[in-house]
Amino acid sequence: MRSLYAIYRKEMGQYFVSPVAYVVVAVFLVFSGFFFYLYVSAAQRQSLEMLMQGMPSDVDMPGEVIRAFFGLLSTLILFLAPMLTMGAYAEERKRGTMELLMTSPVTETQIVVGKYLASLTLFAAMLLPSSVYVAYMCFHSEPRPPWSILLAGYLGALLLGASLLAIGSFVSSLTESQLIAFVLSFAASLMLWVLDFGVRGADTVVGQVLQYVSVIHHNDDFTRGIIDTSSLVYYVSVPLLFIFLTARSVDSMRWRRA
Amino acid sequence: MDALGASLVACWILGLGGIFNFAEFLVYKGRPGENWEVGFFSLIGIWGNALIEVEDLTKAYGSVTAVDHVSFTVNNGEILGFLGPNGAGKTTTMRILTGYMPATSGTARVAGFDVFEDSLEVRRHIGYLPEAPPVYPDMSVETYLDFVLRIKNAPAETRRSRVTEALEKTNLADKRKELIKRLSRGYKQRVGLAQALVHDPDVIILDEPTVGLDPKQIIEVRNLIKGLAGSHTIILSTHILPEVSMTCDRVVIINKGKIAAVDTPQNLTAQLKGKQKIYVDVRAPEKPLAELLAHVPGASGIEVSPARADGHLTATVEVLPGNDIRSQIAAGIVGKGWALYELRGISLSLEDIFLELTTDDATHAQPSN
Repeated sequence: MRSLYAIYRKEMGQYFVSPVAYVVVAVFLVFSGFFFYLYVSAAQRQSLEMLMQGMPSDVDMPGEVIRAFFGLLSTLILFLAPMLTMGAYAEERKRGTMELLMTSPVTETQIVVGKYLASLTLFAAMLLPSSVYVAYMCFHSEPRPPWSILLAGYLGALLLGASLLAIGSFVSSLTESQLIAFVLSFAASLMLWVLDFGVRGADTVVGQVLQYVSVIHHNDDFTRGIIDTSSLVYYVSVPLLFIFLTARSVDSMRWRRA
Repeated sequence: MDALGASLVACWILGLGGIFNFAEFLVYKGRPGENWEVGFFSLIGIWGNALIEVEDLTKAYGSVTAVDHVSFTVNNGEILGFLGPNGAGKTTTMRILTGYMPATSGTARVAGFDVFEDSLEVRRHIGYLPEAPPVYPDMSVETYLDFVLRIKNAPAETRRSRVTEALEKTNLADKRKELIKRLSRGYKQRVGLAQALVHDPDVIILDEPTVGLDPKQIIEVRNLIKGLAGSHTIILSTHILPEVSMTCDRVVIINKGKIAAVDTPQNLTAQLKGKQKIYVDVRAPEKPLAELLAHVPGASGIEVSPARADGHLTATVEVLPGNDIRSQIAAGIVGKGWALYELRGISLSLEDIFLELTTDDATHAQPSN
């Protein structure tokens, strides 16, 4: 446990002395803030128009904004999560510090879990400030959307991030190049993302399997305030699977080196 | 749609071809393990005073054998030098000892623990400086050493004093707060050295510890290493000969993965001191000269260089210890009526011994004994 904490602590320290974390968080906040502003002003304009035309407003405007906002968040996460993990192992291997970690009394699992938890912490810290906008809007909107939607939306974003970070860590453990790690984990995430594009709503076996495997399909429920058990199972098992694979991959470095 | 879906699944699976690691892992994990007796008897090994025992260690990378049936022991408090040309298998042996990579066959025990079976226990007892100092450029020297102490499970209350102690030993006290990326190569090397000894391990393994240092720093580091002997058991590798004769109690000369010699530097030098080479500079035809030299009793390892433009030939002859055959050679040459320009004995330095032991037999004459 102490070794795990040592790794975690070192990773957190590294995030905050390297520019990568600041750049990623800044990009996330700029884009989420800007798009939130766009969505809210568009919604405002739309409801104003409807009011002028005397149409009954049976559209759940705040709900629409929240859904659009969480959709945007998931897209940003798709781009940014691989950046948080691309260096996790690639950089250690390139600098030769992997040799220090692997000759210290630390198990592969401690290394992998410590690093993963650090990336997850940074990711959560990155998400948190954006909740201020949504919370503020909820206070001032009519009808006031239930808090559960917000909580579910953020839970969904966190779980989506947890999955993509785990995939990113795994890919990073396969290469010595941060760039390759980024491109490949982005590609893998995107692949999981678009997997069900052709088969949405289809009820064939293949269609249903693809929809289940698709990483974004499960996120949709959360943005509507629904916490589906099958989605929870998915979002917990994907990180666990990839943490396991990363640990095995790190262990296999011992055997692979030529 | 189904065909599209299926092909997408296929692409995804191919894209994650990295799972091959996993298969690899399954294959290797099946390696037959040693049984408990080994662990038990290795405990006796500690009482037997040998802190590091290497037996028949072999490491093959595919078809290349980097370490070939190597066996040696290092006693408690001893400094063992690993001497060999680049690519001789020094680093590989050290990596196996530190638990960084497993051996293909053979066993190695450090502080009584098998490096494969009890890897974590072994790693608790060692400090290791790899070829390139394993430093994080964005950390300060102090933070880095503190991190190393944390992953080595050093008790929290001793961390501060240990960092200070290591900084003093390696003359880094004034660089304490400096970011490692701002340090020069020599300083980085010293940070790496500090990292290897900061947690006061029983066994310290140093892969070319003086690389990148200036002459003054090299002397400092050698003195530091000598000062660590006694309370620590040290293996260091180098391809610099004086380093071995100055710092080490014993030397393992390794070449192409095989051990060429194990002895004290004094013995190695003494053993070959009696052995001499004789250098001849003569104007003579090449073949008859070689024949003449070969017929002198006690001569071996004759090498005749091709004639120079002025007709001179130079030759070196190895002589068994205790035989001085210079007069016989002189008499032979004069008897043939050739002009003798120079005839002298050269004694072998540690350098020559090293070359002799590590150079290919095909390109070099066979050693006489």
